[in-house]
Amino acid sequence: MIQAILVFNNHGKPRLVRFYQRFPEEIQQQIVRETFHLVLKRDDNICNFLEGGSLIGGSDYKLIYRHYATLYFVFCVDSSESELGILDLIQVFVETLDKCFENVCELDLIFHMDKVHYILQEVVMGGMVLETNMNEIVAQIEAQNRLEKSEDQVLG
Amino acid sequence: MALKMVKGSIDRMFDKNLQDLVRGIRNHKEDEAKYISQCIDEIKQELKQDNIAVKANAVCKLTYLQMLGYDISWAAFNIIEVMSASKFTFKRIGYLAASQSFHEGTDVIMLTTNQIRKDLSSPSQYDTGVALTGLSCFVTPDLARDLANDIMTLMSHTKPYIRKKAVLIMYKVFLKYPESLRPAFPRLKEKLEDPDPGVQSAAVNVICELARRNPKNYLSLAPLFFKLMTSSTNNWVLIKIIKLFGALTPLEPRLGKKLIEPLTNLIHSTSAMSLLYECVNTVIAVLISLSSGMPNHSASIQLCVQKLRILIEDSDQNLKYLGLLAMSKILKTHPKSVQSHKDLILQCLDDKDESIRLRALDLLYGMVSKKNLMEIVKKLMTHVDKAEGTTYRDELLTKIIDICSQSNYQYITNFEWYISILVELTRLEGTRHGHLIAAQMLDVAIRVKAIRKFAVSQMSALLDSAHLLASSTQRNGICEVLYAAAWICGEFSEHLQEPHHTLEAMLRPRVTTLPGHIQAVYVQNVVKLYASILQQKEQAGEAEGAQAVTQLMVDRLPQFVQSADLEVQERASCILQLVKHIQKLQAKDVPVAEEVSALFAGELNPVAPKAQKKVPVPEGLDLDAWINEPLSDSESEDERPRAVFHEEEQRRPKHRPSEADEEELARRREARKQEQANNPFYIKSSPSPQKRYQDTPGVEHIPVVQIDLSVPLKVPGLPMSDQYVKLEEERRHRQKLEKDKRRKKRKEKEKKGKRRHSSLPTESDEDIAPAQQVDIVTEEMPENALPSDEDDKDPNDPYRALDIDLDKPLADSEKLPIQKHRNTETSKSPEKDVPMVEKKSKKPKKKEKKHKEKERDKEKRKEKEKKAEDLDFWLSTTPPPAPAPAPVPSTDECEDAKTEAQGEEDDAEGQDQDKKSPKPKKKKHRKEKEERTKGKKKSKKQPPGSEEAAGEPVQNGAPEEEQLPPESSYSLLAENSYVKMTCDIRGSLQEDSQVTVAIVLENRSSSILKGMELSVLDSLNARMARPQGSSVHDGVPVPFQLPPGVSNEAQYVFTIQSIVMAQKLKGTLSFIAKNDEGATHEKLDFRLHFSCSSYLITTPCYSDAFAKLLESGDLSMSSVKVDGIRMSFQNLLAKICFHHHFSVVERVDSCASMYSRSIQGHHVCLLVKKGENSVSVDGKCSDSTLLSNLLEEMKATLAKC
Repeated sequence: MIQAILVFNNHGKPRLVRFYQRFPEEIQQQIVRETFHLVLKRDDNICNFLEGGSLIGGSDYKLIYRHYATLYFVFCVDSSESELGILDLIQVFVETLDKCFENVCELDLIFHMDKVHYILQEVVMGGMVLETNMNEIVAQIEAQNRLEKSEDQVLG
Repeated sequence: MALKMVKGSIDRMFDKNLQDLVRGIRNHKEDEAKYISQCIDEIKQELKQDNIAVKANAVCKLTYLQMLGYDISWAAFNIIEVMSASKFTFKRIGYLAASQSFHEGTDVIMLTTNQIRKDLSSPSQYDTGVALTGLSCFVTPDLARDLANDIMTLMSHTKPYIRKKAVLIMYKVFLKYPESLRPAFPRLKEKLEDPDPGVQSAAVNVICELARRNPKNYLSLAPLFFKLMTSSTNNWVLIKIIKLFGALTPLEPRLGKKLIEPLTNLIHSTSAMSLLYECVNTVIAVLISLSSGMPNHSASIQLCVQKLRILIEDSDQNLKYLGLLAMSKILKTHPKSVQSHKDLILQCLDDKDESIRLRALDLLYGMVSKKNLMEIVKKLMTHVDKAEGTTYRDELLTKIIDICSQSNYQYITNFEWYISILVELTRLEGTRHGHLIAAQMLDVAIRVKAIRKFAVSQMSALLDSAHLLASSTQRNGICEVLYAAAWICGEFSEHLQEPHHTLEAMLRPRVTTLPGHIQAVYVQNVVKLYASILQQKEQAGEAEGAQAVTQLMVDRLPQFVQSADLEVQERASCILQLVKHIQKLQAKDVPVAEEVSALFAGELNPVAPKAQKKVPVPEGLDLDAWINEPLSDSESEDERPRAVFHEEEQRRPKHRPSEADEEELARRREARKQEQANNPFYIKSSPSPQKRYQDTPGVEHIPVVQIDLSVPLKVPGLPMSDQYVKLEEERRHRQKLEKDKRRKKRKEKEKKGKRRHSSLPTESDEDIAPAQQVDIVTEEMPENALPSDEDDKDPNDPYRALDIDLDKPLADSEKLPIQKHRNTETSKSPEKDVPMVEKKSKKPKKKEKKHKEKERDKEKRKEKEKKAEDLDFWLSTTPPPAPAPAPVPSTDECEDAKTEAQGEEDDAEGQDQDKKSPKPKKKKHRKEKEERTKGKKKSKKQPPGSEEAAGEPVQNGAPEEEQLPPESSYSLLAENSYVKMTCDIRGSLQEDSQVTVAIVLENRSSSILKGMELSVLDSLNARMARPQGSSVHDGVPVPFQLPPGVSNEAQYVFTIQSIVMAQKLKGTLSFIAKNDEGATHEKLDFRLHFSCSSYLITTPCYSDAFAKLLESGDLSMSSVKVDGIRMSFQNLLAKICFHHHFSVVERVDSCASMYSRSIQGHHVCLLVKKGENSVSVDGKCSDSTLLSNLLEEMKATLAKC
């Protein structure tokens, strides 16, 4: 199970916060901050796994993250997930974003948080991996965008 | 209307959308909070408008603010409004906001039920999809229960997009509403073979999550997963399945054997590192489960270790990390194969990556042995010095302590070395783990008696050195060691070389800067020290010296009296007065030392931390029982509403207390004494010969204290642990030489230095005898402590509820509740259609469908059951055990039954005497002869009320007396060429959830059978009562051996939770067959079948009570009819009596009423009617499931007639 998916930039500004377990807002912010501090002090050439410790859930949980340019993508997962598998999944997610936004950059995430959520929803659902095939994910997102557009036209 | 529309869109033009909001926030960096609160006000205005587009826009902005940490729960109702919009665009916004902000505490969430149901059944797959996604985040138990059935239907949706989402969300539904698991499981399983890979992957995902928590319930799926594993090409699915197998193998070693080969192939063939890694992991799990007696798997271990080494040596840090992680798993069972890679692991300690260093530390923990402990710790100590960052250093510190203290200090050969390591660790700056070091010091000093002298000298040096005191205010962690130091010096003050010096050190003014709890220990131990000095001085006749010490105390104690800490103040003022009093006595030349030291007489013993918890509850003491019965309002209220029978009410008089009183009291007294004797906090009446030590050898090894002034950090007076390493090496060398000599001299005396009782030395370790003759005092536990570890289980584990037996057939009561649709109302006012949560009666329209479903389910179930049985076959390399043939009913049996029934009838009035005898009634048939005569005699004194009932069986019993050898109720369980197992299951009225299974073992071979063990795989519902302390996987020994041709009976008690359904438990009898040629290990698998009838107890019933019971109306009814029966009615009745434990209440012509009672007090009433060629049985029972199952069983019996 995936417990949380966090995206924030090099300064710790949250760009996407998705918890699959209830935490009050202030705790969520605290977790984002702590996670940010944990990953910030790690060099890029060291391993992408971190024991979650006191953050979420305890010893069964791990933080698995990837750093792309200005953004950190952090997944908090329990031991039922394969570490390397999740790393691949982050890659799939980022590549999907790239396809949907056409050369994604931080600004896309800043101004279209809702769309990023919709994309994520096609990859992970309720903390479980829904789809790992990028073509399938993109197809579903495009179909929904078309649906939205057609509704927009009806509205006039 | 049109105008409104226009107005609405104009409004919208002026509204901020999400992008504007984000831009605005970015432009107001200085007063962000103010700007946002302004925006929230705007949003509140927007939410008040009717236009759904405006509302949706507002909710979208709120979602963004939520991410920034703003609570948006106040808008929950508006979110629901947007969710119920008809347009997908808005609906999606609403569900997103809900998924981010709703939770179980959101009170309006119950308003969403109908909306969600409507969306789930929407013709647009994306409406359904968005609802499923949203629901997956905020599903509550209520929603789960109400929507479970709708979601289950979606699992068979035509669109794979919906199917996969529906399958995934089921996991969340199971978590919130565990009752749905069993009804939904067949369909979930079906999805494993869905044509769409996405759906398949989702199903694998869900089952893996379920199985991870309760693996044993999913063992039967192993063949299916095995097939998937060998056929699937999706790495994601493969990884999940392989991980699942890793969880299953510990439960079923045979599975592991089957897995090794395909997994090894995958390891060789795959290019995906993630898959390779998981394969290695599972192979490790398999090897662990097989651990013993598998010599040919060393190749697999080698393969794993070799692959892991490649990972660890890889430049990719991720692989390195995972390699170490997996290595630590191998370490647990195959330490030898890992130890050869010690170089690699020590190398990882130097890695720049902290995660990798931590993993390497974990590995070291398992790699130590007596031989290399000192070396490894030395290495770690250098890392402690080098380490930057307190967290890593603290981690190192705890690891050092863990490594050294593991398994009761098993690997420590020289405790002086350990103490000096601890002392060196106190030099760590800013550690949080002072208390850990302190605890170790205390533990070692208390438990290793021989080391006390050395420990005391070190501790006094610590007390003396200023560095700890100086740092006490800023760095509060490390001064904790002073707590230990003070206590050790006080408690074992007789070992102090310069007690006076230490006393002064402890009374320094600087001490008052220490934390209160440490000062308190100082104060207390100062007195101990004082007492021993006093004694010394008096013995030496130095009265002046004694008075000087007292004066010192009187002078210095007031500084503690002024302490702000209550504890310190109280102790200090108390002691000050005491000392002043002593001073007065001293002035009069009265010897006081004796009395002062009497204050601290006696020795403290270490007590295990869980000791108190483990004190067994004395038999007969019910901690939950009322001491005084609570006052009840109405005495007349029936506490046992089911008890309808008069006898029953009298059946439970309070018998026990009176008979047990005397012995009970005596025993308790004894137990209390025993406990006090073991409790160190009781001062025993006869002071134990305190502080006497066997001897303190090894003194010559105590090195001369070195003062190394070249290193400023080093505390003067503290020895370096390195010296011990050298010394120890020398010592070992010497010892080896000596031993060699000794061995030559007296080979016959096999007294090798096994002086440490707690260690389990490996052969290489055994050669190293500890430096000191060390007696590690084990921690005390109460007598007959319960060795259980149940206190480790978390009762609040949400996954426990999902521990459900999935192989059991589905009962009607388990069907998912189906709710009425009421979705036609306007969605504007959702309050109106708040769904009622109680289970509504099923809608007629759906009934048909439901019925079909049921049929389908049934088929599935059958298939599944078949498969479950196949599991054994699939797993076993040997042919499966012969199925136990059902007992063949024969006429002789009926005869027995009749006589028995008669006996039972007669027993009716004998109840009063028999009431309490726990002897199972079924035993009677074995002594049927005597029973029969007894029965006849008794029948004469039947009470008038039951004349008819009593008359019947006598009549019945009369005719067919041409009996064959007496048949028993023991049915064949399993047999092979060695042994035949038959069993009988008996319920007992005394324990409402226990049945006794009597198993007769007959040795048919010419070998002697011994070491027999019975292991039974428990289910959720039925558990074997095992001796205390044995785990679920342990076999239960059979308490006898069987010479050839002999048979014997063993009885086992099983605890059954729900008795309404029949139950099958798998088990294995393992034994050693020994004959002249040698001994072989043999196994015999069997399957215990607890039929519902076996939970019934033949209970007589009078006709009036029976009538009352039927009238009461709270029994449900059911019936069966069996055709083609030629047996006489009497025989039929007798058969029912015998096989199903009923008794005849009344019989009129070809119609009889019968009664029985279950061990849990269900009443079962039958009306048996004989037609021409058929028999119909109408039953009434307080539990409908039980009844229908009973009737099924009865049908099977009757069908054979």
